Amino acid sequence: MSAIVLAVIGLVAISSGYFFYSKFIAEKIYQLDPDFETPAHTMRDDVDYIPTHRIVLWGHHFTAVAGAAPIIGPAIAVIWGWLPAFIWVIGGTIFFAGVHDFGAIWASVRNRGTSVGSFSGDVVSPRARTLFMIVIFFLLLMVNAVFAVAISDALVASPSAVIPVWSAIAVAIVIGVLIYKVGVPILWPTIIGTIILYVVIYVGDRVPVELPEVFLGLGAAPQWIVILFAYALVASLLPVWLLLQPRDYINGIQLIIGLGLLFGAVFIANPTIVAPAFNTNVPDGTPPLIPLLFVTIACGAISGFHGLVASGTTAKQLNKETDARFVGYLGSSGEGLLALVTIIAVTAGFASLAEWEATYAAFGTTGIATFVAGGSTIIAAGTGLPVEFAATLLAVMAVLFAGTTMDAGVRLQRYIIQEWGTIYKIPTLQNGYIATFLAVGACLALAFGAGGADGQGGMSIWPLFGTTNQLLAGLTLLVISIMLVKLRRRYIFTLVPMVFVTIMAFLAALYQLWDLFTSQQYVLVGLDILIVIAAIFVLLEATSAFFREKRAAAAPSG
Amino acid sequence: MKWADIKEKLRWCAYLASEAYNMPYRSTVARARREQDDLFMLLIFSEMMGIPNPATYYTLELQPIMLERFHDWHTRMGMEHSPLDGFRCC
Repeated sequence: MSAIVLAVIGLVAISSGYFFYSKFIAEKIYQLDPDFETPAHTMRDDVDYIPTHRIVLWGHHFTAVAGAAPIIGPAIAVIWGWLPAFIWVIGGTIFFAGVHDFGAIWASVRNRGTSVGSFSGDVVSPRARTLFMIVIFFLLLMVNAVFAVAISDALVASPSAVIPVWSAIAVAIVIGVLIYKVGVPILWPTIIGTIILYVVIYVGDRVPVELPEVFLGLGAAPQWIVILFAYALVASLLPVWLLLQPRDYINGIQLIIGLGLLFGAVFIANPTIVAPAFNTNVPDGTPPLIPLLFVTIACGAISGFHGLVASGTTAKQLNKETDARFVGYLGSSGEGLLALVTIIAVTAGFASLAEWEATYAAFGTTGIATFVAGGSTIIAAGTGLPVEFAATLLAVMAVLFAGTTMDAGVRLQRYIIQEWGTIYKIPTLQNGYIATFLAVGACLALAFGAGGADGQGGMSIWPLFGTTNQLLAGLTLLVISIMLVKLRRRYIFTLVPMVFVTIMAFLAALYQLWDLFTSQQYVLVGLDILIVIAAIFVLLEATSAFFREKRAAAAPSG
Repeated sequence: MKWADIKEKLRWCAYLASEAYNMPYRSTVARARREQDDLFMLLIFSEMMGIPNPATYYTLELQPIMLERFHDWHTRMGMEHSPLDGFRCC
């Protein structure tokens, strides 16, 4: 099958989702009101609450929610064939993610722009708020570990990306100083910085860097994990204007150029999809498609993490309530497109079915490296760039992306630990350095517990991360559904996705419990047990809250 | 396309770029700036709160300027009313 057909079907479906389905949701279900005064106006403080142009807000929302996850998820999940992954990504983006992200913004705007976790206490019950806190903590813990493992694997697989990835930090610092300290207008540092970055990619392509195979008893991938966390430790203590801010910015530019190049190349080269639609010949040890597909691809189909960004930050900056559709729904559509192009890269970027099957020889061993291998073949065929250069370019794009997620994750976790110090009156925890060390230490332990030490575990933690992410999405959809019940509106459009993702996450957690136990990964077994318990509570809470509100809504008023 | 149009387009690009650069971190930077301002406020009014300040002679001059922001400051610090006996701002 031609990859162009798949790309066109995906693009048309996602666009129709925006033009028709999201319009229906905006008008009939959430009933957006252009005259409603948003918290950005009523509570304007120019710090958190500030009305922002919808295109700028969309750009910010999209780059804040997009990470390496829509690349890694589909790159693992096509092992069951391209069709299930394609259907879940497209269907999920249209009917699940869009409604979820858009709904989180709407619900938050109607609750003074606070985060969905905090107003769930008022809308649903205080128990729901506690559940939110627990699930968010697990998610942050896993996000850092999972991305550290993903980056280290990618750096081992693409030694040519090492120099550009670390040079990007230097480029970012120079841009940060030029803009913040020297006051140079933004356009020139942007153009020159981007050019330098691509020159360094060329240099990296010529001069690959590999770490020693074994150093102090650690293999190459674990060595990278240690280096990455050492970097994250320093980065999260530096002022944001010096590193994080310019780094986010140049990564955003990288992403736009990379995505444009990849989509363009698909249309020029028109590669053929070599992978089967349904893989009947899955390798031994591959888990069942249901429920694992639905947690392997989280971001790109539906992701609870988006709800945190949508309700905590984006909602505070929404100029008009009707902008929520543009920002929220199109934000998740952008993620869907990233997942779509990944599916194409990892199924059409190989010369033959045999080559594809050799790459997908075991579950959970694929990821960024597979996307790079497949995507670079397509870019080379479409643009005439050397395949090695294209591979370095994509590897750098994906690694930088995962890197910023990790930076932000460590910083967030440090804030949580400091907050605990304040709540429980432990002054030691309030210290920024100690909190950062604890945050990094916890993530490092998890990264090694997930099989980093011998490099064999690979991405075994990935489905567990997806499960937590889906549970969070389920919780957010529950809050939105309850709000709709209270307003006596149709809730089926948010309740069905909620029930679906929560049940899939629950089943996946149960399946993994057995799987991790038999493979003796006891750290993850412990974590999984906690997630199963959280899932049971989410389902119980949802059932009780839903029927309670339905009875209340049905009772005659007055 | 006329030169003026091109210039207009470039200006729009520069606006988008600078918003894309600044917006995600606007609140973080603003909060850090406000924390510094809060410390400055504390220094200026320190004598009135019983904290000796060798630079009082100079900071006294700044009091009328900072008074405008005094109400915001004490409410943000968790004090519903002015903590100073000398004058009441609310």
